[in-house]
Amino acid sequence: MLGKTRTLLLSAAVLSGALMGSSGGHAETALNALFMSQAAYSEDDVRAMTADFMKEHPDIKVNLEFVPYEGLRDKTLLAQGAGSGFDVVLFDVIWPAEFAQNKVLRDVTDRVTPDMNKGVLPGAWTTVEYSGKRYGMPWILDTKYLFYNTEMLSKAGFSAPPKTWTELQEQAKAIKQKGIVEYPIVWSWAQAEAAICDYTTLVAANQGQFFDSSGKPAFQKGGGLEALTYMLNTEVEGLSNPHSREYLEEDVRRVFSSGQAAFALNWTYMYNLANDPKESQVAGKVGVAPAPGVEGKTEASAVNGSMGLGITTTSKHPDEAWTYITYMTSKPVQEKYARLSLPIWAASYTEPSVTKGQEPLVAAAQKSLGLMFPRPTTPKYQELSTALQQAIQSTLQKSESPEQALQSAAQSAGGL
Amino acid sequence: MSVGWTGVRSWLLLLPLLAVMTLIIGWPLIETVRISFTDARLVGGESHWVGLANFSKVLASPQFHQVLWTTILFVLISVTAEVVLGVLAALLLDQQFVGRSFLRALMILPWALPTVVNATMWRLIYNPDFGAFNALLTQTGLIADYRSWLGETQTALYAVCLADVWKNFPLVALIALAALQSVPRELKAAAIIDGAGPLARFRTVTLPYLAGPLTVAIVLRMIEAFKVFDIIWVMTRGGPANSTRTVSIFVYQEAFSFQHAGTGASAALMVVLISAVLISTYVTMLRRQSEIR
Repeated sequence: MLGKTRTLLLSAAVLSGALMGSSGGHAETALNALFMSQAAYSEDDVRAMTADFMKEHPDIKVNLEFVPYEGLRDKTLLAQGAGSGFDVVLFDVIWPAEFAQNKVLRDVTDRVTPDMNKGVLPGAWTTVEYSGKRYGMPWILDTKYLFYNTEMLSKAGFSAPPKTWTELQEQAKAIKQKGIVEYPIVWSWAQAEAAICDYTTLVAANQGQFFDSSGKPAFQKGGGLEALTYMLNTEVEGLSNPHSREYLEEDVRRVFSSGQAAFALNWTYMYNLANDPKESQVAGKVGVAPAPGVEGKTEASAVNGSMGLGITTTSKHPDEAWTYITYMTSKPVQEKYARLSLPIWAASYTEPSVTKGQEPLVAAAQKSLGLMFPRPTTPKYQELSTALQQAIQSTLQKSESPEQALQSAAQSAGGL
Repeated sequence: MSVGWTGVRSWLLLLPLLAVMTLIIGWPLIETVRISFTDARLVGGESHWVGLANFSKVLASPQFHQVLWTTILFVLISVTAEVVLGVLAALLLDQQFVGRSFLRALMILPWALPTVVNATMWRLIYNPDFGAFNALLTQTGLIADYRSWLGETQTALYAVCLADVWKNFPLVALIALAALQSVPRELKAAAIIDGAGPLARFRTVTLPYLAGPLTVAIVLRMIEAFKVFDIIWVMTRGGPANSTRTVSIFVYQEAFSFQHAGTGASAALMVVLISAVLISTYVTMLRRQSEIR
């Protein structure tokens, strides 16, 4: 019996020694990072960047996980709730308030160097800030642009894209009347965050507000109401593709790329994909401009759709995580992968490697990025967004008027 | 004495399983009950005892009434269609013809498909620009233009139901087919000799054998359909304008999107309660059936 125990102990010791030996040899730190596989940088891009990083830092191993945007927030929160999981997470501009309040992300204000502070575009920082603190580094600098089919516009007799939303409506009417395309405008109005981004762009154009200075809902009147009324009007007039009500961004790209729309509102990544003959039937005919403004109010409009990289509070390797984040957001890396997402660095916009071949996009970006309008900064953003999505959808389904729909959304938002 | 020992031994042998089941099923259930009486959030913060506040909040919420109604509609439409189609398919497959075994095997395919795959497939079929469903209906002249079946409040729920029926009617068909095979041939032959028509034969000979197993299938499908989440989440995420939002989606959004673990848990418990009623019906029926036998 004693002999048996001794053998058992001995083999356990040998086994644990072997295990320790195998991990102790490299002194390697393993980081788990969560990204999305949708819009902006492609999965291949992120894998390539990370592989380069690991070559430069052989002591750090980064395990990547990709989820669709729709699952990104829940995955982050649930991993946090379980007390383990990711060291580095990609987060949307609408989440820092919630993530800061629930202590999901680490405050990295002190880690940001003066050089970073100076070099990054001021608008980009708003992506990662809440209550005067920074919870990560901006990484994907993005807003919705107006894409247009240059051939369709010139067929209809227009030499330039619309400067105002009313002008866009007129151009679309002319295109429809001439039979160039049945539904000239395509949007992402599915019951999802995508619809809020389109709506916010229009709210910004109409100088609307989500909340007034006393914190009360204000989107049910003024610019907020005008924005939704505009959406409904283009639908009633048959200018907007009615299927927009079930489209997400990728559907918009597909419809525009197959030549079934003259105008589309979408993120940066669509520019190079719509101009890629392998992906698109309208390659070479894609124009891009800042989203229009409203006469007498604004010259152009933009929504802040940027995303950042942050360190979770549960991470045991915050220093290594920060090394990884600074690498991923560094100027050279961002310039190398500037085809699907434009850099956060001000100086990049004059670099030939960034601008070459996408001059119109960079020109539009230089105007739009300075105008980026935020969605409300509140820890209860998800509830507000869900109420607004419902209001937008019931208006577009014509079951409620814009006034009624926004009024009831404002009521539930007031109770938050 | 020996019976007593057998009893003790059975319990001893069952103990590991019971312990594991208590851990895996019991503990989360108890936790859910506990959380439903608190204002707990999904992440961070302390939780406090709030008594029945969560339950009254959920019960008073017009949104909960709406999702409950949508769920009931979904259950009624899907299960009815599944039963009708399932029985018809079973009657057909009970006949003697060439290729019967192949068809029987083929019919299990939709049921064997993972729900998420089925939902994605139907999303493509319903696609407003290139979907096969639109192509079929326009080419046969039933509709003039391609429609957005999942994007319109009038059609979205029915479209989801159809996808669910396609996947689940084979289960009903299989159960019905098994029951049909237990109908004695002599009985069928006697009915034919007595001059009973097909309908009379179905009503007096087949149906009594079918009724028991079919009720079980109906209750099983009702329980499943009542908890529906995945197929809807993939196809519409509860949209358009919340027209396909069911109770499970409500629970998910409360607990995970809005981080209200407390109200989410209380709504989840109400779903459990309704399921429990259905399950007890199921068990009673099973027992009654075995008594008949």
